[in-house]
Amino acid sequence: MEGGPSARIREGDCAVLKRDEVFKAVSVLRRRKIIFEKQWFYLDNAIGHIYGTTFEVTSGGNLQPKQEVEETTTETKEAGTDNRNIVDDGKSQKLTHDDIKALKDKGIKGQEIVQQLIENSTTFRDKTEFAQDKYIKKKKKKYEAVITIVKPSTRILSTMYYAREPGKINHLRYDTLAQMLTLGNIHAGNKMIVMETCAGLVLGAVMERMGGYGSIIQMYPGGGPVRAATSCFGFPKPFFDNLHEFPLSKVQSLLSGTFSTETLPADPEENALVEEESNGLSEEKQTSLQETEEEPATEAPMEINPTEEQDTMDINAEDAEFKENKEKENKENVREKQIKQWERRKKLKEAAALLREKNADGLIVASKFHPTPLLLSLLEFVAPSRPFVVYCQYKEPLLECYTKLRERGGVINLKLSETWLRNYQVLPDRSHPKLTMSGGGGYLLSGITVVLEKGKSDSSNSDALKMEEPSSKRCKLQDLPC
Amino acid sequence: MSFVAYGDTIQDGDTAVVFLGHESMFPVKVQHGSVTQTKYGVIRHSTDLIGKKYGSKVTCSKGGWVFILHPTPELWTMNLPHRTQILYSTDISIITMMLELKPGSIVCESGTGSGSLSHALIRTVAPTGHLYTVEFHQQRAEKAREEFREHGVEHLVTVTNQDVCKNGFGVSNIADAVFLDIPSPWEAIGHAKSALKAEGGRICSFSPCIEQVQRTCLAMEECGFTEINTLEILLRVYNVRTVSLQIPDLGKAAEDNSSTGFDSSNPSHQGSPCANLQQGTVQFKSAVPLREVVGHTGYLTFATKSLV
Repeated sequence: MEGGPSARIREGDCAVLKRDEVFKAVSVLRRRKIIFEKQWFYLDNAIGHIYGTTFEVTSGGNLQPKQEVEETTTETKEAGTDNRNIVDDGKSQKLTHDDIKALKDKGIKGQEIVQQLIENSTTFRDKTEFAQDKYIKKKKKKYEAVITIVKPSTRILSTMYYAREPGKINHLRYDTLAQMLTLGNIHAGNKMIVMETCAGLVLGAVMERMGGYGSIIQMYPGGGPVRAATSCFGFPKPFFDNLHEFPLSKVQSLLSGTFSTETLPADPEENALVEEESNGLSEEKQTSLQETEEEPATEAPMEINPTEEQDTMDINAEDAEFKENKEKENKENVREKQIKQWERRKKLKEAAALLREKNADGLIVASKFHPTPLLLSLLEFVAPSRPFVVYCQYKEPLLECYTKLRERGGVINLKLSETWLRNYQVLPDRSHPKLTMSGGGGYLLSGITVVLEKGKSDSSNSDALKMEEPSSKRCKLQDLPC
Repeated sequence: MSFVAYGDTIQDGDTAVVFLGHESMFPVKVQHGSVTQTKYGVIRHSTDLIGKKYGSKVTCSKGGWVFILHPTPELWTMNLPHRTQILYSTDISIITMMLELKPGSIVCESGTGSGSLSHALIRTVAPTGHLYTVEFHQQRAEKAREEFREHGVEHLVTVTNQDVCKNGFGVSNIADAVFLDIPSPWEAIGHAKSALKAEGGRICSFSPCIEQVQRTCLAMEECGFTEINTLEILLRVYNVRTVSLQIPDLGKAAEDNSSTGFDSSNPSHQGSPCANLQQGTVQFKSAVPLREVVGHTGYLTFATKSLV
């Protein structure tokens, strides 16, 4: 699918910078200063290189492809056996702070600085081999600034968002997102309904798995869908041809049959108001206000500029313009606006028609809202024998959702679950689980739709309940080898 | 139906899943004239299944009923005939995401085993991708081929019967990702590297024991793989229960109970634990972990093949 040319870094690409385990999404633009991990540089020199290339930052913020170097630590392998004679007197490093700064200012390569630090450490030779290893690794991390430029993917972007801005994705951990994609049987050709307030990350993940085949209807709250993370994926244009959006506030009217595009937020006044509400910034403020106990999530926003696909932004900008020129009433502007509205209305009609067929192949929900009302309404649009998955940062709303879905019927195989993720350090004679792990990555409620019998009596309802009641059979544990 | 495209109605030749109740289901091959026995009685394929909508309730001969479900790789994983130990959906999910699989991806896998992961891989890379799967056990390889044919996905997969450690994957410079679930993955790392595209790709190895992981990591490092990362993922499933706890009798008068600070007696706490002080119990909904759960399946080691 991606041949030679697309594997190269091009101007205007969405790319991800990587240093050790830290990621940052950027758009590749000439003469644009990027600040990443306390370093600044320009991406100009990276253009034309293959994705996955590792660069060194040189003076003046230029990037230079890193040459493969042999390890310089193969000198006299001298090491102690234990630390009984190592005293922490704070004087083991003979280079002073100023010496090190002078070395850096001279533009000496990080690799040489590390070597100097080792030579001027009086205790280095007495350290055990493992401790020496650890010392070098630590110094390398600090002084050898290398950056790898990689292609965005769900793996990278979901890891990046969870580490950098978990608040914006409702603390959806990447392994939980992975479960959602699998439990939802997301694949090419599906007709999916996605309701998310995860900056468009979940939408992007679904789009990646569908590869431009099939259709997606994104349900959005407020005046427009948020797709900041979606734009980081750098999807080709055709992926957006079958991406539809439908306002949540019109779901009830669609279900009751009173929906009409005439009543849409179509006139500029109303439009402006709604758009403002959905503006990404105000939304962030809202969430951070709600979560008062959390540390203020005010990390630098990921540097990515909205692409043309992000029509909310376009409309925002236009609205601002509109206000400025209000007195003038530029006729050209008004006409453009009308065309845009007409297009929006047409897209909306299409989305409504797709939903009305009530034959979607699945439903994915991951939002800041209470899941129960979303599920009870949106499941109406899903065909029988299709999976659905609901994410919630908290367990309790899913307990209620579970109960309400049982009462409603039309669903089977309901499962409330959570995954734990543990990372390992694997080194010869030093393997163990990593010291820290994530406390929680949210909860999932999943199930399968079945034909909902109309006018079902209460008795059949209780039957269903009985049927779903877990059997007393002890759950079988699989035998593990070794 | 097919495992890679949804269909609306059940047709002759389909593989369907009969859902009897909580966690109790089995796959069935739909055939004209065929019958299937369940604990609720007989299902006659010609009249009860063919032409019906997937997701329908089907009444069996004894009056009991079941649901008939469209097959998915996940349902197949829960119901497939085991020829080996299999990978379950929790591990499969993280493997798929961390290998960056999507429509169009070319994947190499070994061993095929019972085909649990294979079905999920095929689903994800369809319609333009391909799976090259290698199984050294001849009967297992043949059985897998047969299943892929029955499930309408044979055009998306090539099964090769050979030893991956000795002979590799039978392809080179073609794969976006490689997955290994074999006893000695370190012996196949070199073959994995040559199967991957020149511009790079992702690899994953699944091993139950840490000693296997250590040898694999060393081999990966020697072969120049980067971003080597080992992780473990565990699923916790909860039962939703309404629990009642008895309130201890501390010898207080009934009226006093209301002033003991139970938030349940506070009318502002609607929907939270509701106390029935007359009966002396408090009721609440809880998510109860299963009594016994899977504590370990295997370590997953991921790495990236960087460009030359």
